Amino acid sequence: MNVDFLTASLPALLITVPLFGAFLTPVCGRFLPNARDAWVILTSIVSSAIAVLLAVQVYAKGTIVYVFGAAPGLGTIPADSGGMPIRILFHIDGFGVFMLISAAIVSFAGILYLTVSQSRRSSRSEFYALYLLLVAGIFGMVSTDDLFNFFVFLEINSLAASALTAYHRNGGLAIEGALKYLIINTVGGLMILFAIGLLYAKYNSLNMAVIASQLSLTTLNLLALILLIAGLATKAGVVPFHFATPDAYSVAPSGVTTLMIVASQAGLYGLFRIIFSVYGSMFTPAAVGWIVIILGVLSMFIGVTMAIPQKDIKRLLSYHAVSQTGYMLLGVGTALAIFDDTTLINTFGRMAMEGGLFHIINHALYKGLLFLAVGAVIYRTGVWNLNQMGGLGHKMKWTMIFFLIGTLAIAGIPPFNGFASKLMIYESTFAFNPAIAVIAMVVSILTLASFMKVFHSVFMGPELPEYANVREVPKRMLAGMAILAVFVIAFGFVPDLTVNILIAPAADALLHQEQYILCVLGGG
Amino acid sequence: MIANLPFVAVALLIGIAFAMILLKYNMIKMIMGLGILEGAVNLFLVALGYRESGIAPIFTNSPANGSAMVMPTVQALTLTNIVIGVATMALMLVFVMLVYKKYGTVDANEMRRLRE
Repeated sequence: MNVDFLTASLPALLITVPLFGAFLTPVCGRFLPNARDAWVILTSIVSSAIAVLLAVQVYAKGTIVYVFGAAPGLGTIPADSGGMPIRILFHIDGFGVFMLISAAIVSFAGILYLTVSQSRRSSRSEFYALYLLLVAGIFGMVSTDDLFNFFVFLEINSLAASALTAYHRNGGLAIEGALKYLIINTVGGLMILFAIGLLYAKYNSLNMAVIASQLSLTTLNLLALILLIAGLATKAGVVPFHFATPDAYSVAPSGVTTLMIVASQAGLYGLFRIIFSVYGSMFTPAAVGWIVIILGVLSMFIGVTMAIPQKDIKRLLSYHAVSQTGYMLLGVGTALAIFDDTTLINTFGRMAMEGGLFHIINHALYKGLLFLAVGAVIYRTGVWNLNQMGGLGHKMKWTMIFFLIGTLAIAGIPPFNGFASKLMIYESTFAFNPAIAVIAMVVSILTLASFMKVFHSVFMGPELPEYANVREVPKRMLAGMAILAVFVIAFGFVPDLTVNILIAPAADALLHQEQYILCVLGGG
Repeated sequence: MIANLPFVAVALLIGIAFAMILLKYNMIKMIMGLGILEGAVNLFLVALGYRESGIAPIFTNSPANGSAMVMPTVQALTLTNIVIGVATMALMLVFVMLVYKKYGTVDANEMRRLRE
């Protein structure tokens, strides 16, 4: 058990630690109920630390390929296998660690918050166990190189997320939301599995790099691509597959919704991974790029127009989550549409790509912050309806400040992180097609308008007599929000540094398909 | 033709499953549709793995020429998917049960309280 061995096993520990922690939580809750909170927080710290350590390793030494069940240094392809990687591989590159960091920050902030906000509820052990399972599902989805493995983690993700959604029944509403979410995600998951079957039938391998290296564009492969896009877009909650997303987000406990956003983004990760790394150079990118752009514009616009009339504060935030996903698709889709033109990629395509990817982590942070702040308000008042709230800023100053930070970030006001990524998306899409950039700005203005309304009706105004006893939430809940707020501000103040360190490797990983294949098949 | 029969069955089952999911309003029937869809995908996977006169890759059974052994990957996938399917199905039925307790109905049309 030396340090080298542990360092080399980090990709395996990434999954093992949250799974182990999850299944021991009920045991801990049964025999040592007082230590349970400490146990889940510890598990979360360790798994987040592993994710960050992996990121440091990847940024220092490049892509990590981890072969499960092989002696160290044996290589990805066994000598007698005829050139096929038989074992399951984890392939952690710039894009993967970028998602890992986002999941690590958000899951830690979420568990700090939940250990307090759940303290009045029953059967908490199982709740935390499911939360850690969801973390394991996200970590697995963004690191695996095996399509079926990806599907299994996707199902862990969907099952844990819907069970968590239904945890507080809330007169049946939560169960209704969870049921819709689970049914839609199961259909999406089965479409993905069918597509995996189609690809396996043709290439006799489940490894994404192997499939990518042999792929040719046939009708069946195109069908597989369409099924994969549909299935993963369902997971990511993109219009027109967004029906269940607001239903589930709005009824889940707030700390869970925060993590569910990252869980949906893991679907987005899969979408980009399949399009860029597996299909990559195969198709005429313009067509697929335009499909992604149109999905993005639809999500942006429909999301925000549905959000404006909402009375339920969490449902309003959920529709904004759909809308913000559109920005990510727009940025990455623009880069995809000009994928085969190196000059254009260098002039503005790269910036579009980086803007879209930057928006992924920014959205996870500020929307997480908003959900936590709104959850804090609901925790103290027990009210969801915007019209019944008011004047809470007098009593909940810190929550108000955190909500304001999130509001300014989502509306794209400098110097917060939302501004940095949105500016990159505006600039690059304007060079690509001015009309789309205008739509993006209009959506941003509508977002600002909608959030000003929310901020005003929740926190501003005179103190209401029915909230005379409302107090600020406990410190640990504020700490969860503070973690996210610190990153929202930090990423906004040094966007160049963030892009150089975090985003550029992720964009490189997606733009260079040959590197992705080489890491697995190049004898490495 | 006879070799393609499983795939015809898969196509039929998928059609029936989607018809049930999209056209039925009874949640239990929708979930049955999902069960059929899952069965169709499982059948598809297993049918893909069939090779004429292939045998399982067990070392002691290996034939002299060594060419007729089939990797049991798809069987492993199917088995995993059956287990996942059981978990999903159980969770969905529990949800329907609880919704029925609260709302007194399993009709999808009645499950619109979130919209209001």
